[in-house]
Amino acid sequence: MSGLIEELLAGKHRALARVITKIENHAPGYRDLVSQLHEHTGNADVIGVTGSPGSGKSTLVDKLAATYREQGLTVGVIAIDPSSPFTGGAVLGDRIRMASNIGDMDVFFRSMSARGSLGGLSTATTDAVRALDAFGKDKILIETVGAGQNEIDIVKTAETVLVLVPPGSGDDVQMLKAGILEIGDIFVVNKADLAGSDRTVQELREMLGYRDGRVPGTVGHHGSGEIDASIDQREGDDWEPEIVETVAERGEGVEELLDVLADHQSYLDGSGARERQRRRRYAEEIRTLIREDTNELLAEEIDARGGLDSFVQQVLDRKTDPYSVSDAIVEPVADCVRDRRTDDTD
Amino acid sequence: MGTDQAERTIRCLVAKVGLDGHDRGAHVISRAFRDAGFEVIYSGLHRAPEEIVQATVQEDVDVLGISILSGAHDTLVPEIIDGLEAYGAFEDTLVLVGGIIPDEDEDELLELGVSEVFGPGASMDEMIAFVSENAPERV
Repeated sequence: MSGLIEELLAGKHRALARVITKIENHAPGYRDLVSQLHEHTGNADVIGVTGSPGSGKSTLVDKLAATYREQGLTVGVIAIDPSSPFTGGAVLGDRIRMASNIGDMDVFFRSMSARGSLGGLSTATTDAVRALDAFGKDKILIETVGAGQNEIDIVKTAETVLVLVPPGSGDDVQMLKAGILEIGDIFVVNKADLAGSDRTVQELREMLGYRDGRVPGTVGHHGSGEIDASIDQREGDDWEPEIVETVAERGEGVEELLDVLADHQSYLDGSGARERQRRRRYAEEIRTLIREDTNELLAEEIDARGGLDSFVQQVLDRKTDPYSVSDAIVEPVADCVRDRRTDDTD
Repeated sequence: MGTDQAERTIRCLVAKVGLDGHDRGAHVISRAFRDAGFEVIYSGLHRAPEEIVQATVQEDVDVLGISILSGAHDTLVPEIIDGLEAYGAFEDTLVLVGGIIPDEDEDELLELGVSEVFGPGASMDEMIAFVSENAPERV
């Protein structure tokens, strides 16, 4: 086993940080590191937090982390911010909101740049989660890039997805319908002290109701404490998304949110959904890896044949066309693969 | 940025430490570093040395840029450096200080292990070049 992994498993923060760096940079040998981590994973609850820019994701994550710490749990946070499409640079500002966990090393907070990914996460996020999981974190919170409509990669990595919807975003809520409404396990109407909060809750409830004609429950943030009866009906296959109102800045509604989160976690275990979810995720991950590796192989092949530019020039000169170029490059590869496959099965 | 990005990205923490509410400079530098292709983590105002240490260790930054305009650099910077040493994070972090630092203090900071002190009038290009050349190798 690599010394770095040994140190990580022994609880060395520096080693954990360095492993994540290697994962992010795709540094030589990072794959081996991740492979070695794998057997130590599977124990953390992975919670994704997404929502539009300024909806309060960072502040809520800070409060969730602090509350978990009060319960004696350890927390890992990965917060992703966008990278510049021009320079690749980034300003990662989510850490500013981590005011409740000052100097507490048992909250391991890591900022990540999306590094060009458009799905709200970076390609390294899943592996970074794995590092935190192997390190022994009980709860892992992933904060996505401020999400618009289509940044839904979080659903592939998190076990529970919180979608933050700020009040007064009536039209925005309409817009959210197609993408984000489909991935939220829990909808958090944050900044619930602002005008328009009730309406947002109402609109969310209505739209969630469209899913199957039922109206899910609401947990008030003013201590009504009563959780809707629909929670008890979750033995079946489908989780009814909950709506929780919070004022993250003041910590209001956070306890209720944690209760709902715990409900979702026990639903995942009780219904076998966690197992199914993990299967789906690993399948997707394997597919993605294979796709990336294949892309790399093909990039290598293109370079070996004189680079993309030379093909582009030929296409410009009408000597060939994009389809023929693709065929010319991929077909020999495909032939090799098929030959080998026949060999193996012989 | 494609899948083939084994090329490393320089990560910097731009830190405002202590009772000093002037962050224009830190913002300008964060922006310039971003435009230079660095990943910049900005600490926000009024951070305690232990927070800066926590952030430097967890974020595994190559460069820690401490901005101090309050004159308290002679107590805050040593605290940060001690903290980094405790986590084994000092050797491979490039520590820079920016702000209003008297000449005699500058020598002290450099002796402590600060790599460079940038005062008023330092140009962005100069700083970016310094960081690009001196960012420690990650192994």
